Amino acid sequence: MDVLFHNVRELVELAEKENKLISEIMIEQEMKISGRTKQEIYDQMDRNLNVMEQAVERGLKGVRSVSGLTGGDAVLLQNYIATGNSLSGDLLLDAVSKAVATNEVNAAMGTICATPTAGSAGVVPGTLFAVKNKLNPSREQMIGFLFTAGAFGFIVANNASISGAAGGCQAEVGSAAGMAAASIVEMAGGSPSQCAEAFAITLKNMLGLVCDPVAGLVEVPCVKRNAMGAANALVAADMALAGITSRIPCDEVIGAMFRIGQTMNPNLKETARGGLAATPTGKEIAAKIFGSAMN
Amino acid sequence: MKFTSVFDIIGPVMIGPSSSHTAGAARIGRVARDLFGRTPKWAKIHLYGSFAETYKGHGTDVAIIGGLLDFDTFDERIKTSFEHAKKIGLSFEFIAETANKEHPNTARIVLGDDTGEMSIEGISIGGGKIEVSEVNGFKLRLTGGMPALLVVHDDRAGCIANVANCLAMHNINIGHMEVSRIERGLTALMVIEVDQNIDERVIQQITLIPNITKVSKINN
Repeated sequence: MDVLFHNVRELVELAEKENKLISEIMIEQEMKISGRTKQEIYDQMDRNLNVMEQAVERGLKGVRSVSGLTGGDAVLLQNYIATGNSLSGDLLLDAVSKAVATNEVNAAMGTICATPTAGSAGVVPGTLFAVKNKLNPSREQMIGFLFTAGAFGFIVANNASISGAAGGCQAEVGSAAGMAAASIVEMAGGSPSQCAEAFAITLKNMLGLVCDPVAGLVEVPCVKRNAMGAANALVAADMALAGITSRIPCDEVIGAMFRIGQTMNPNLKETARGGLAATPTGKEIAAKIFGSAMN
Repeated sequence: MKFTSVFDIIGPVMIGPSSSHTAGAARIGRVARDLFGRTPKWAKIHLYGSFAETYKGHGTDVAIIGGLLDFDTFDERIKTSFEHAKKIGLSFEFIAETANKEHPNTARIVLGDDTGEMSIEGISIGGGKIEVSEVNGFKLRLTGGMPALLVVHDDRAGCIANVANCLAMHNINIGHMEVSRIERGLTALMVIEVDQNIDERVIQQITLIPNITKVSKINN
């Protein structure tokens, strides 16, 4: 198949050579592969953005999952921000709370847009709707944010993995956080290569993260992993915008993530047999929910 | 390349909680229903790997049944699909297998009614995207992202050319094609991925070609 880019190096080179945004390159490739018009592609992403917006709004009103394990934390954080006493900064915590809101809705079997997966669906919209308040982007730029995130996710999905069962949480929340970091940099006016640096810095710091859902539910620790994915993305974006680069090139970081995922023990890849799922409390929760302990 | 569209990454819009275990599972169920051609009376669903370990927590079971009932990934009825199944008389059974498959998220669905049965094996490869790896014992690679035709036919000279000609006449472009057979000279299966959805008239025409036994389509 004829694609415009196979890896991050090609993507950045193409964007810089043609003096385009990464989001524009992604739209061009989608037009080429699908044969659809720019408007059709744009409209579909616009609908996805609407779904994300509604999920955040719903989560910020407070939801609770069927198991009762998650829900309401997004509201707690918004209340805390409102006191004016936050230490890590209002924008960062706003992103965290909106990431949490999305995943609380997901855990409650609500409607979300997978970015790149449902378990990691909070990071990209969480950061987007927080950064929005500072950068005041146009609707077009907000849609562009999703295309840039999609470009990086596309590379990871084809060269490594975005599945927790195949690569652990590093492949899900790790990829989502990297995607968000790259998009934040673009929205803030950074260069395509700075987007790649932000992605690399983020993913490097999520390498090795295992997928160990308690009772097999996409709740604990998934919701809080999305919170930290959003925080990681924002900090890495600021580092890249400050001019900091990754000593290991972005594509090699993605390669390392893939190999780590391959060598990861199956107990730590979404089977609910290891990690937090296998702690005494994790097993107790599983027993309570399903009536018998999951091994 | 397994992922071809940006909407494989930013999407699908779906009912939570898991793209691979809920949305992907719903799509596997729906492809099975499409291939069977009608709503089945019964289904036996074998789950492997991570599917087998965590299917209850992820709603994999309600999602697959939802798919068998033709619900899309964002259909709110997925949550209550067991009740819908009961209402229309679809009985089902889930079997958590311990055998290892090549991919951790694999489901094998055997489904049928009074007039026939079939088996289909699907893999959820992440982000809600699926592949169909086996139909009635035929090994194949079919990505769920494009419209596809499955043609069961006698293993005779000219069958493949006749089907390709029929598609060409209707200006339908073939993107990917595979042919496999269980036994030389007996039954074979054509898997044809095309660029646009296929009209019912075209299906009818292919059915009339000599030595063609069954034609199913999957629209995506």
